[in-house]
Amino acid sequence: MPSAPTKLYADDVSLLVVLLDTNPFFWSTSSLPFSKFLSHVLSFLNSILLLNQINQIVVIATGCNSCDYIYDSSLSTNPGIENGKLPALCSELLKKLEDFVTRDEQLNKQQSQSLPPTTTSSLLSGSLSMALCYIQRVFRSGPLHPHPRILCVQGSSDGPEQYVAIMNSIFSAQRSMVPIDSCYIGSNNSAFLQQASYITGGVYQKPQQLDGLFQYLSTVFATDLHSRTFLQLPKSVGVDFRASCFCHKKTIDMGFICSVCLSIFCKHHKKCSTCGSVFGQAQSDVASASNLKRKTPET
Amino acid sequence: MNNGNGRRLNGETEEDDDDEGSEGDLDAWERTYADERSWESLQEDESGLLRPMDNKTLYHAQYRRRIRSLSSQATTSRIQKGLIRYLYIVVDLSRAAAEMDYRPSRMAVVAKHVEAFIREFFDQNPLSQLGLVTIKDGIAHCLTDLGGSPESHVKALMGKLECSGESSLQNALDLVHGYLNQVPSYGHREVLILYSALSTCDPGDILETIQKCKKSKMRCSVIGLSAEIFICKHLCQETGGSYSVAMDESHFKELILEHAPPPPAIAEFAIANLIKMGFPQRAAESSIAICSCHKEAKVGGGYTCPRCKARVCELPTECRICGLTLISSPHLARSYHHLFPIVPFDEVSSSVLSDPHNRLPRSCFGCQQSLPNPGNKPSLRVACPKCKQHFCLDCDIYIHESLHNCPGCESFRHLKSPIATEE
Repeated sequence: MPSAPTKLYADDVSLLVVLLDTNPFFWSTSSLPFSKFLSHVLSFLNSILLLNQINQIVVIATGCNSCDYIYDSSLSTNPGIENGKLPALCSELLKKLEDFVTRDEQLNKQQSQSLPPTTTSSLLSGSLSMALCYIQRVFRSGPLHPHPRILCVQGSSDGPEQYVAIMNSIFSAQRSMVPIDSCYIGSNNSAFLQQASYITGGVYQKPQQLDGLFQYLSTVFATDLHSRTFLQLPKSVGVDFRASCFCHKKTIDMGFICSVCLSIFCKHHKKCSTCGSVFGQAQSDVASASNLKRKTPET
Repeated sequence: MNNGNGRRLNGETEEDDDDEGSEGDLDAWERTYADERSWESLQEDESGLLRPMDNKTLYHAQYRRRIRSLSSQATTSRIQKGLIRYLYIVVDLSRAAAEMDYRPSRMAVVAKHVEAFIREFFDQNPLSQLGLVTIKDGIAHCLTDLGGSPESHVKALMGKLECSGESSLQNALDLVHGYLNQVPSYGHREVLILYSALSTCDPGDILETIQKCKKSKMRCSVIGLSAEIFICKHLCQETGGSYSVAMDESHFKELILEHAPPPPAIAEFAIANLIKMGFPQRAAESSIAICSCHKEAKVGGGYTCPRCKARVCELPTECRICGLTLISSPHLARSYHHLFPIVPFDEVSSSVLSDPHNRLPRSCFGCQQSLPNPGNKPSLRVACPKCKQHFCLDCDIYIHESLHNCPGCESFRHLKSPIATEE
């Protein structure tokens, strides 16, 4: 934790946990080269540290096969600012990032020997969980602590197999009032990140011009939580909360839910494919009809 | 072990002293020692010095015991939980609820914790419904009907906090039985009675009522505020509920919050069924429509029922027009962690720790806190049996109580893929 005296913690001191997508499958197809992207992000991180002397930054890399912490401003060789050592951030972060990417690649090679590469999504659930653990530690450090928030800079598409884990993280973040901001630089919108930002009260933004990424980051995501109340930040355009059925993966408006395991089906089945319970006939229509009959005389 | 399972920190290491009962006639200066047992929170370290006891490890040990017992329950009785619950909370507002042994009164304490419970209940069981019943002057009143909005229940309860007369268990059970008989068969019927009185004043044979409740598969649980009562115990035993008596306010809070997570379901209690539900879409922020729940014109932010196109303000709810249950997919997702719980972490044994060939991770995988090598003391680290990553005790608690994800398992693809195919 920063060594600054605790009384300095005001409303506008932030702890920003940045989750960087380092998925090679995405960056090889992206119009913005990874090196350019990094220079945008590094300037952004530096500007956060400049906004307040005791702001804190943690960077977690979200890889394709693993996740790891790559930078923690409270651990770095501080106090660097008066020694003119500001670039320490860049060199330290870049070195760790390089290590991480090499390790991630090796894991990928091991993986592809045993199994063909099936998914090209990043392990967002892992880095979200790690970020939340770190934030809990900051909460434990005492009554005065910087205000934490999470920023996901994500490019690769959602991995459906992470759905439950990501939702668990989102609810945990919501409970501890940690907003999840998301800056999505991929081609289509990410349903996971839209939901994450909507549920936790964060900002979801999909930059139109990737060349101006730094401007998006600094104007939308650099403001601390206290100042956000005075700003007009981008509003969500509408989040799709419809579910997709387990049997055909179709997005549905109306469907059937197994009362035992809450699996979603688009039509009536005799047996639940997830938990194996055998269903009686669809009673819900009958039940709701009788409910209606009971309610009408009252109103 | 008695009801207060490990409430006194050292209850398990030392037999309770026999002067316990005579605490009442101690002088004030003696009592501070007798109550606090300050000598018990000291321990000797290696060099023979007295040190304050490490409460954290004790707390953690308690927590681990609980989580172990929970997971063993889950494996013996297959993971089936009553996720769709219809719960009535019966609050006893008889004369006994005005007693001042809880500060400021039993009634106020009950109300305060019921409020917290209602919020926790809907957080953990978004598809369930809850209703409130009060007992006053020997008669049971229905305060709120079964419903899904925490605010309306809390408001109704806070408005009706006065007590008088006798208490009647039978009247309350009869009333609740009448209501719960109407709920759909896939729902789990539960009653939670918060009982202050020491007696019950009944119009008929209560044993018959209990049999009736048993027949309609109502799970009745009682939390007493004064002393154990035979009839309450009998009721809980017959219907498969749990009976406990609170010793003080914090214990009461603990006991009531135990009822928030869904109980393990008994298969024949509720018939598996497919429930028809709608997933309404959120309307655009600027649109104006009359909502069917408040019958007012509102700007933006409503949901439209996919079957009859009526507007409702919030989810989850039941459409007022066509009766379709309306939910959103995050509501379902909120319950999934009950079905796919994560395994308890193993303590790292001291033999592994002392083995010099073993290179141990120096920091917690979750929060990066450095993990000290504790020598011969009980280890301060735990490891996930699946991904073998090490975690600190605080992260262990957070991961199991709130996050419900193992960061280690989530951040390695090769560990995830076999699990994903299993499901």
